[in-house]
Amino acid sequence: MKDIRLILILSGVCGLAGLAGLLVDGFPVAALRAGDETAWLLLTELRLPRIALGFLVGAALGLSGAALQGYFRNPLADPGVIGVSASAGLGAVAALYFGLASLSALILPVTAIAGAALGGTALLLIAGRGATATSLILSGVAVGALANALVALAMNFSPNPWALSEIAYWLMGSLRNSSWTEVRIALPLVAAGAAILLTTARDLHSLTIGEDGARALGVNLRGLQIRLIAGTALAVGAAVAVAGAIGFVGLVVPHLIRPRVQHEPSRLLLPSALGGGALLMTADAATRLVSGDGVPLYLGVMTAILGVPFFFHLIRQTGRLAP
Amino acid sequence: MTARFELDQVHCRYGERTAFETRHLSIAAGELTAIVGPNGAGKSTLVKTLAGLITPVHGEIRLDGVALHRFADRERARRIAYLPADSRLAWPLIAVRVVELGRYPFLKPLHGFTDEDGEYLDDAIQRAGATGLTARRFDELSSGEKARILLARALATNAGTLLLDEPGAALDPRHQLAVMKVLQEEARRGVCTVFAGHSLELVSRFADRVLVMDQGRIVADGPPREALSPPILSDVFGLDAPEGITPPDWAMG
Repeated sequence: MKDIRLILILSGVCGLAGLAGLLVDGFPVAALRAGDETAWLLLTELRLPRIALGFLVGAALGLSGAALQGYFRNPLADPGVIGVSASAGLGAVAALYFGLASLSALILPVTAIAGAALGGTALLLIAGRGATATSLILSGVAVGALANALVALAMNFSPNPWALSEIAYWLMGSLRNSSWTEVRIALPLVAAGAAILLTTARDLHSLTIGEDGARALGVNLRGLQIRLIAGTALAVGAAVAVAGAIGFVGLVVPHLIRPRVQHEPSRLLLPSALGGGALLMTADAATRLVSGDGVPLYLGVMTAILGVPFFFHLIRQTGRLAP
Repeated sequence: MTARFELDQVHCRYGERTAFETRHLSIAAGELTAIVGPNGAGKSTLVKTLAGLITPVHGEIRLDGVALHRFADRERARRIAYLPADSRLAWPLIAVRVVELGRYPFLKPLHGFTDEDGEYLDDAIQRAGATGLTARRFDELSSGEKARILLARALATNAGTLLLDEPGAALDPRHQLAVMKVLQEEARRGVCTVFAGHSLELVSRFADRVLVMDQGRIVADGPPREALSPPILSDVFGLDAPEGITPPDWAMG
């Protein structure tokens, strides 16, 4: 294992970010020591699931971003680019719009993953056999645009202001109201998606020399695309379902880690998952730190406001982008 | 001499345009075969077809007597090493990581490189003249050095067939000569070595057999002096060369 040090460091950062999530926003340490039951419930039923969920969502986004960037050979690819996030969002919004989400906690994740899978399948159908990175990326833009348009349509025809505000808040992305139920739903799905994505490591490495070169090395591009989309749909669909639309994590985390793994796409995957988890837990702790009473700052808004300028800076600094 | 490739009634198309067609073509192992022709003649298409990267609309390609499409991807990758014309890399990897790609078709899942892989890698690096370059970053190498690393990658597979698309493109004469010498050596070792190229002088000096292509067809086939005859040079390349191509006699200093 080449990157054992990097992985240990990132795990340490994850631990610190988790601890920050625990302690931020006035955690009653003294009451907990005194054996106060409310404090104990606050810890086990509110703080811990929120931290766990933050890690899962961040890891799903970071890992998907790293895998997609490897496949597209483009540091600007991420789950948002190929339309999977937007499709998952559409699935979830459909559940909110028709009022299905209130029937069971399972409905929203199921429709989000169904949306992500549908978007991914549509993508494969549009892009067709032997799709190049360019045609896949363009198809992804189209799928994402359609999904966003349908979300807007749902908001347009929203049956009541309550449903409209629910959709609008959900789209901003948040880890509020996290419970172990969400963790139990997200964990197996994100884990399955991550397991699929991790199998692409060597194929992504081969793709460094181009699609023809990779195929000549025995890479089955079609199989790789299917694994990539299935893994991304599972991980991102589950993440979007429990946390809403949270951008930029899948874009910037691989970008930050890449120089530390000598730009090797295969070695980027696992550290990007850990880095994404650490980043999202930190961002969530930060939103709670700056949120005033009664006006919660939404996590998706926070990551976008902080992340986009940072990303512009990265683009300027590196000065070069892969073709 | 045994035929490595046999093509029968093969027809490759890009949309409506015929990119390559042939009634019959066989390519022997242990020979250095050059494919020449003007731009757009179908050289790359032929190389990719042999590599199994382009599926012909009809016709059959056999590798060692077995239909090429029947080989599993990895098995085909162990038997055929292919060097694309595009020498760009998506990421600025350390050069040795690029060479290691040549052993990927042999890697077992979840296993690293074996000692045997290491020997093939060292050997390929040495034969390609890439010793001393492997620890550097690929994007910091010169074109000639990049070409050696990529060549080492192709050699590392230790495949019985080596297909190269313009291996000497963008190289100075000395590096072109070095590449040709490596290819000649491979052919002498019994490897079926096929390359597409533009330098008629080097082709006429090194190749055992030349396939001249024009508009998707092979219009001349034979030893360099025969294939690159004055009428062919005039018809295909638009070159006025009454004496044919004279192989250069310069050597590496």
